Amino acid sequence: MASILAVDDSASMRKMVTFTLKSAGYDVEEAVDGVDALEKAQSKQFDCIITDVNMPNKDGITLIKDLRAIANYKFTPMLTLTTESGMEKKMEGKAAGATGWIVKPFDPDQLLKTLKKVLG
Amino acid sequence: MSIDMSQFHQVFFEECFEGLEAMEAGLLNLNIDDIDPEVINTIFRGAHSIKGGSGTFGFNNVADFTHIMETLLDEMRDGRRQVTQIAINILLGSVDCLREMISSIQNEEEVDESRVAQHTADLDNELNGLAESTPPPSHKANVETIITETSELVSNTSEASDTNEETGWKIAFCPYLDLLKTGNDPVRMFRELSELGELTSLANIQDVPSLFEMDPEECNISWDLKVMGDIPLDEIEEIFNWVEGDCELDIQPIATKPTKKTAPPISEVAPEDEPEEAIETVAKEVSQPTQPEIIVEQPEVSKEIEPNAKPPTTATKEPNKKIQLDSDQSKLIVQVASSIRVDTSKIDALINMVGEVVITQSMLGLVGENFTMDKVDQLKKGLAQLERHTRDLQQSVMNVRMLPISFVFSRFPRLVHDISSKLGKKIELKLVGENTEIDKSVVELINDPLVHLIRNSLDHGIEMPANRIAAGKPETGTIELKAYHRGGHIVIEIIDDGHGMDRNKLIAKAVEKGLIDDTTVLTDKQAYELIFLPGFSTAEKLTDISGRGVGMDVVRRNIEALGGNIEISSELGHGTTIAIHLPLTLAILDGQSVAVGDETYIVPLVSIIESINITEKMLNKVAGKGETFRLRNQYIPIIRMHKIFNVQPSTKSKMGEGVIVVAEGQGVLCGLFVDDLLGQQQVVIKSLEANYRRVDGVSGATILGDGSVALILDVPGLVRFSNR
Repeated sequence: MASILAVDDSASMRKMVTFTLKSAGYDVEEAVDGVDALEKAQSKQFDCIITDVNMPNKDGITLIKDLRAIANYKFTPMLTLTTESGMEKKMEGKAAGATGWIVKPFDPDQLLKTLKKVLG
Repeated sequence: MSIDMSQFHQVFFEECFEGLEAMEAGLLNLNIDDIDPEVINTIFRGAHSIKGGSGTFGFNNVADFTHIMETLLDEMRDGRRQVTQIAINILLGSVDCLREMISSIQNEEEVDESRVAQHTADLDNELNGLAESTPPPSHKANVETIITETSELVSNTSEASDTNEETGWKIAFCPYLDLLKTGNDPVRMFRELSELGELTSLANIQDVPSLFEMDPEECNISWDLKVMGDIPLDEIEEIFNWVEGDCELDIQPIATKPTKKTAPPISEVAPEDEPEEAIETVAKEVSQPTQPEIIVEQPEVSKEIEPNAKPPTTATKEPNKKIQLDSDQSKLIVQVASSIRVDTSKIDALINMVGEVVITQSMLGLVGENFTMDKVDQLKKGLAQLERHTRDLQQSVMNVRMLPISFVFSRFPRLVHDISSKLGKKIELKLVGENTEIDKSVVELINDPLVHLIRNSLDHGIEMPANRIAAGKPETGTIELKAYHRGGHIVIEIIDDGHGMDRNKLIAKAVEKGLIDDTTVLTDKQAYELIFLPGFSTAEKLTDISGRGVGMDVVRRNIEALGGNIEISSELGHGTTIAIHLPLTLAILDGQSVAVGDETYIVPLVSIIESINITEKMLNKVAGKGETFRLRNQYIPIIRMHKIFNVQPSTKSKMGEGVIVVAEGQGVLCGLFVDDLLGQQQVVIKSLEANYRRVDGVSGATILGDGSVALILDVPGLVRFSNR
């Protein structure tokens, strides 16, 4: 099953995402911010990255930029978790190389449905 | 899939409180003359996370409220809005309000709507106030986007009903070369399209270069696609949503003859490019005769259309209802759950220790299996190891309960900020040693006394700015809150550089209140301690800030109940230092066991100053007041333990044969006369009150190695008891 890296500085969101993905059978790892995520992504190849945008240390946009620069992640789907108000964030994410976005708030079904778009 | 969202609520609440604390600290740190963008960013992130989480977990009132805060902060962050003290105060108020909202939700209580409404109004005013002063920016823009969004919704709705009779879509999809580099894959998109309806795709490969020139990372193919079926346009658009800007896209409805059982008049009224009026007629007609037919024929499609046709708000409300039901079920569990955050390294240490104990246990088991006398050494060694490991294990377990004192300290910057602005004083709070660790139970109980002491320093200690300048001091007063470990204790000091305590004023006041005689001679220290007497207040008038003089005696009692003590030192004109000594934990105590007759008592090691042997000759008997002896330059009263506890002494009460344990309680020294000193050990405190009843002079009991019970002495209590 596909392995996913869930990046969010908020523990509750991270838990929710992880739990949802795990119960759908995905293999999930968590990272608390961009720095942590970059480190984890380099030590293991993930099939998809889901990241929050606003995070301390390294935000989601920079994380995606950094990951796209790595050969192994050139084509890996990367989704940003973004709020509805953040249209410019969506575009900023795209410019950095994000595949797409998931709009917050979302429920588990939406998350899985969106994920199906990029996995498999 | 249905997932019980309530399982994440507890984590979410804790996270909210942490976020609020960070926001509060950030707001208090903001210097309006020199804005640190990172601080604003931190505050923004707090609001942002709470908003995101509360929306996801279905707390819409919290989400709505934080949304306004977030908007305000976002403008500040982007430099579109000036950071003013007023705005900071409004945001601080909102933080409080939010905190209450969240704890009400957590405790399943009613949220105070009027308060929320008031803070919402404050925030709105702050937001709108901007629109008046500097004309157009964001808030109005927000309104505009909302309007466009709703109009989009309207058009979507009409489209949704209108596309029902469409039989397919023709899509010209021409990706730019870089499309693949965002991780989007046309193959996956086509797969999705094929899930919507029958898909035929035609790839145009004329632009694909020869193998030698080809860059496999670029997308050189374009496609002509056809999807057949009654598919709403927005479902198709959603698939291409993410590649907008990375490709040329043209989606056209295919208006073929009705192949399915759609009502004939409709295809007539619906040509390729319908004018709006036509749509309306179509919609009307569709709504009556054809709808039932479609539902019968294609139940799945009509189901899928439904959430899209409705505005998204209703779509998201449904899961919310579910959550509420779930949380009702888990009501009891949530209320009981009280968790503690523990550093992983502490848990690791604990697991490591348990491993060691298990190894030692199996080693001892092996020794005991075929025990012969020549294995005694091995046995002893094993037992010594077990003892060491048990001690370490105990230490590790206690460590789990330890929290940094910043849990308490972090509330004070706000308190100082609020009160000093209320009093018109300029005060800076310095926190030192916030990472000093202290037992969780102590953390919970120390907060109120500290609040009281800090309020006192703010109110009575620090002078008004003008008075400070007149006294040649900097205008801004300083209060330092300091924590550090000393021995088995944690010391918390509150140091202010205010005007200090005036002993003459204190004594005059105490005499006036009839608390002491005007003939009483007091040392400085004793004079300061007058403030701990019930009913003592030195402020010229009572304020709502530091209470009505009922506080300090309660503060002292609370701290002593924690097994600690409180000391004051002060210099007139230079400030006051209040030091609180507290045990690190309430569960374990370093004790000195002493023998009185056949009984063993435990004296808390912290209260022991020294132990000495004196002879009968050194005793001074004071008529009616007992005995004292001279230790260096002071006279110390003697408490004969066997008399107090009515035990037959083994020493026949001869001074020279027993030992005097000089102990301190409430700043008073006393000599406890016991038969012998037995040894020092850590004892686990068992409450006497819980198992029997409160006994004066005894703070608890413990069980000794041989299974007998020893009472733990409460030195201040003993002093009071023997004075009676």
